[in-house]
Amino acid sequence: MRYSGLRLFAEALRGHRGWKPLWRDPEPQKEYDFVIVGGGHGMATAYYLAKTFGKARIAVLDKGWIGGGNIGRNTTIIRSNYLLPGNEPFYELSMKLWEGLEQEFNFNAMVSQRGIINLIHTDGQRDTYRRRGNAMLLAGADAQLLTADEVRERAPFLNFDNPRFPIKGGLMQERAGTARHDAVVWGYARGADMAGVDIIQNCEVTGFEVENGRVTGVETTRGRIGAKTVGVAVAGNSGRVMAMAGMRLPIESHVLQAFVSEGLKPTIPGVITFGAGHFYISQSDKGGLVFGGDIDGYNSYAQRGNLPTVEDVAEGGMALMPMIGRARLLRSWGGIMDMSMDGSPIIDATGIEGLYLNAGWCYGGFKATPASGYCFAHLLATGRPHEKAKAMRLDRFARGYVIDERGAGAQPNLH
Amino acid sequence: MLIPHPLLGLRDAQEFTYLGDASLLNRPDPAEGEAAFCDYVFLRDNPAGVHRELWYHEQGDRSWLVVTRDTVTHEILGAELARDVKGAGA
Repeated sequence: MRYSGLRLFAEALRGHRGWKPLWRDPEPQKEYDFVIVGGGHGMATAYYLAKTFGKARIAVLDKGWIGGGNIGRNTTIIRSNYLLPGNEPFYELSMKLWEGLEQEFNFNAMVSQRGIINLIHTDGQRDTYRRRGNAMLLAGADAQLLTADEVRERAPFLNFDNPRFPIKGGLMQERAGTARHDAVVWGYARGADMAGVDIIQNCEVTGFEVENGRVTGVETTRGRIGAKTVGVAVAGNSGRVMAMAGMRLPIESHVLQAFVSEGLKPTIPGVITFGAGHFYISQSDKGGLVFGGDIDGYNSYAQRGNLPTVEDVAEGGMALMPMIGRARLLRSWGGIMDMSMDGSPIIDATGIEGLYLNAGWCYGGFKATPASGYCFAHLLATGRPHEKAKAMRLDRFARGYVIDERGAGAQPNLH
Repeated sequence: MLIPHPLLGLRDAQEFTYLGDASLLNRPDPAEGEAAFCDYVFLRDNPAGVHRELWYHEQGDRSWLVVTRDTVTHEILGAELARDVKGAGA
């Protein structure tokens, strides 16, 4: 056993010099059966590929370090409160995997099911959320409609009597919540490593090797690596990476900012989202208020945003809970999102045999990590889409089967 | 970000709404069929680096601009009136 009370006590006496890294740092081999590009969703994929689907000779390549991509640039919210049949069963699978995740990989990911409340401000919105709640129940998720008084019991600090946006109630999912984002990828990485997966960091893919329409390997900054099957899960950079394989995607890359306040005493019970603007907030176990809003709205690979969006998010926060104005902002960051043309992800094969794509997660990649990894591993192992992800096809745009939750059409910055 | 409007000078990007890749100016001919329109509507180059894109001066003179911008640094390299670009057959 690596961790125990006894071990902690013994290490305390030895100045904590005996702890070992969680995973090996191997040199890349010449050839693998499965090469997975991207150490976020890709790490979850490698984990399930090795543990659940019993595959071997697997490598995960990451251009930076594990935990340095979007897994370290999110607001840690987990939930399955979607509407459409192509999405909701998939996210509910993810929610179920979250619930068993810590037992599964024996690592404390601090999964905390403290609930999410989507606030209702108009009668029309209540109808919409009632419909959404019913769709969630039909997919096996939990949902309940709260009255204004029930919301007030849980979150008395909200601005209920805002003249423009009075709070009329909320849609609640009790099983939603937050998780410790780094620990999720560390847990997957350790589990994958123990199952024999090579985790190769600082290894950027610079090209694909394709012979007769079949992928045979990847070129990287650490040399050529042969591969029978290549899975690409490089959120934010999907367009760039797949361009090396000669593909254009239904994706634009956008920057999404998020913010953390100084540490405060426990004040926000779960995740709360403003229904009259785009603003969502939760409180981390450390006490910081973690919140965000809209993407900046223009194509970007910069991992940092601009001030107008900061102002917009802050306005949303002030309209929802004026007390937030007393908190000081500690830090903010920007992550690059694959904004797809219908706001929903893609887990599918490509026109090149042996090359698979996992992309287009928009804002929602973090909560999807377990199911994304599971379904992608299923696809890589069997060549067939997983039952819950069968709507997330790359050709759905050409066939007219888009999964457009927002109903905004082919305009990525509106999803 | 400040956009150098060809007629109005430097304007705050907040006055504009963003549409996307300037290739949207080149709508395919209806005779080219469904596949061409599918590519036009859904697929993008999405480059990391210099990107030509459509911005609409909604809070200003309501002109469409083609702005050339670096998506890695957010540096704006130039702006032209979309009608001039379209007129020149680009």
